[in-house]
Amino acid sequence: MAQRNFLLFAAVGLLFVLTGILMSWNVSLQILNIGVLSAIMALGVNMQWGYAGLFSTGIMGSVALGGLAVVLVSSQPNPENWAAGGPQLLMSLALGVAVIAAAIIAAQKMALGRARNFTIAAILILGFFAYRYFFDQASLAIETINPENAGNLGGLGLPSYIAWIVGALMAAAAAWVIGKTALGLRSDYLAIATLGIAEITLAVMKNEDWLARGVKNVIKLPRPGVPYEVDLQQAPWFLSFANNIGADPITASTIFVKLVYLVLFGAVLLGLIWLSERALHSPWGRMMRAIRDNEDAARAMGKNVKARHLQIFILGAAVVGLAGAMLTSMEGQLTPGNYSPLRFTFLIWVMVIVGGSGNNLGSVLGGLLIAWLWLIVENAGPVIMSYATYFLPDGGLKSHLVESAAQLRLLTLGVILLVVLRFSPKGLIPEK
Amino acid sequence: MDILNALVAFLNFVFVPAFGYGCQLALGALGVTLIFAVLRFSSFAHGDTMAFGTVMAIGFTYVLQANGITFGPLPTALLALPFAILCTALMLLGTDRLVYRFYRKKRVDPIIVTIASVGVMFVMNGINRLIPWGGVEEINFADGSRFLMEAAAFKEMTGLKEGLAIKTTTAVTVVTAALCVAALFWFLQKTRTGKSMRAFSDNEDLALLSGINPERVVQVTWIIVAALATIAGVLYGLDKSYRPFVYFQLLLPIFSAAVVGGLGSPLGAIAGGFVIAFSEVMVTYAWKKVAGYLFPADWLGDGLLQLLSTDYKVAVSFAILLLVLLVKPTGLFKGK
Repeated sequence: MAQRNFLLFAAVGLLFVLTGILMSWNVSLQILNIGVLSAIMALGVNMQWGYAGLFSTGIMGSVALGGLAVVLVSSQPNPENWAAGGPQLLMSLALGVAVIAAAIIAAQKMALGRARNFTIAAILILGFFAYRYFFDQASLAIETINPENAGNLGGLGLPSYIAWIVGALMAAAAAWVIGKTALGLRSDYLAIATLGIAEITLAVMKNEDWLARGVKNVIKLPRPGVPYEVDLQQAPWFLSFANNIGADPITASTIFVKLVYLVLFGAVLLGLIWLSERALHSPWGRMMRAIRDNEDAARAMGKNVKARHLQIFILGAAVVGLAGAMLTSMEGQLTPGNYSPLRFTFLIWVMVIVGGSGNNLGSVLGGLLIAWLWLIVENAGPVIMSYATYFLPDGGLKSHLVESAAQLRLLTLGVILLVVLRFSPKGLIPEK
Repeated sequence: MDILNALVAFLNFVFVPAFGYGCQLALGALGVTLIFAVLRFSSFAHGDTMAFGTVMAIGFTYVLQANGITFGPLPTALLALPFAILCTALMLLGTDRLVYRFYRKKRVDPIIVTIASVGVMFVMNGINRLIPWGGVEEINFADGSRFLMEAAAFKEMTGLKEGLAIKTTTAVTVVTAALCVAALFWFLQKTRTGKSMRAFSDNEDLALLSGINPERVVQVTWIIVAALATIAGVLYGLDKSYRPFVYFQLLLPIFSAAVVGGLGSPLGAIAGGFVIAFSEVMVTYAWKKVAGYLFPADWLGDGLLQLLSTDYKVAVSFAILLLVLLVKPTGLFKGK
């Protein structure tokens, strides 16, 4: 068994080595870094699906919230924008939360009947208008100052590592809201509700300019202690190092930076694998699998199924949020337009299912393999398509097929998912 | 105070667009709910099924147009519908044979089938984008006359300040949707096959005992779903435009409509479609114009009287979905 796993990982490693030799090491390492982050996301999804059987389609939302946290925590503050309306904006948000809390309290405390419904409606409607009144003033004040370069509240200027933790916490908070509502109902409802929260998260990030500049993107986010290429190219020690190994300093610096990221992300991944394995083999992990395999029996044994589901749903989302924050830190910018459900929700699902649901190592393997496939087909797709359409005459159809070859990866991954689900539902590395 | 103008402005900017959109959502949600009722899973591929049907209809529209065949004032795509439905039905039956039948025979947990539908969604999404006349860009394929009634003509006719414009595509949507729903309910209530479908949906084992052929029920369901999805997709595309990504995103309002109405209940799907469509339009409409006729100008202030910006449409359908899940998880019409 262990030998088989080793061979599988070696095979995936070989793919990256071949990419490095045939294309370039820069591309290979870039894909590998994204692969490691995808593997962390897959670990989070595996907690939800593999340990507990929860099907969430809102993974993109957790990733995006992680990215947002990087802007809010680690980007530089915009004191002018903050002075224009920061405190008022926070107060209006607090008011919004207070209104919802008041409505919930009214719903819980009052006796059922028309008076209760009326009170709840009145609280919500009046509260909404009061909230909008203060919120609109504050957000407008913030957005009108220096809109070309800032126009948002800015961050706290804290280290990226804190942003990663905040990203995990934000994703966890969103998961709590969804879990509270949709867990305990039919399993499809969770899938539908999470699809919605992900879309809303993205809508907020695209449209609330005071928060993270919306579609104008936030650039120049700080790196998590990783050196910049331009600095390396100036540093004497690096130049002599590049000289010693006989490499061009510019190429060497880009590869060096990616290697630093790889070590960093790899350490996080290994830590998470270790924690996940410990959790899975603890009494808690056994209880989780017992609940997954037979909810009724577990309930009869006195386990609180809904609370445990909520717990693992939040944990999984937090891990995905962490990876989302790390991704944004590495890219150095937040571009809400890049988040798409196909890439950040359903692709992660393919990773988990192909790798082996319920098995942490499987998810990691699936993450690395599918990320490689996804990014390599993007590069190699047009080449393959031009061979495949070799026999066609030059013209509209042929150029259309070659141009849209990048879309081939949707088809490929769909087929892979269906084939694995049918013929090898346990995945490459099955659950023990 | 000018109630008539306010009413016309409301009809023109809120009621007519929302009604058309509601019909399109209702047809989409009917498809989702029928799959759920008979096959017992939520199909994530439904948005892309609609897109596939629409691409097929666009292809046949081009063929018809190239041969000089049009439908007079009506969009040519309506003539292309039967062919497109046939293609979509064949595609869905093929998908069932290749993918879903296996899981049905094994009687796996519905959530596994839902995940399989995600795989189908990927494949269909890719196919739609690879089709030569499809691609990823926006396509407008509505032809014929643009308006059934133009705003200027209405103003002249009534002497009101506000105009009421009715697009041909909106009128086509409403009429087609009404015909479809009538045909569907007649089929479900009156025909033998329809009755066996309902029986199968209510209690699979009992239906099997009474000699209903499950494979036939499933096939008929897929054919009806293909018709509904193609019609919903074509109507939406005529009214707005066709773009694969937009169709994929329609999944959320359609699911919301089906859940709000009660998953598995056809009547509920229609009600849910209208609830979602009207809420989306009403919450994101700037009421300034309508209110301007009803109240003195100095009461209103400078705001647009818009509850949420139009970018938050998706949030509206989701908020209603959450509300229904919290208050009445079986939906308005007691789904499953």
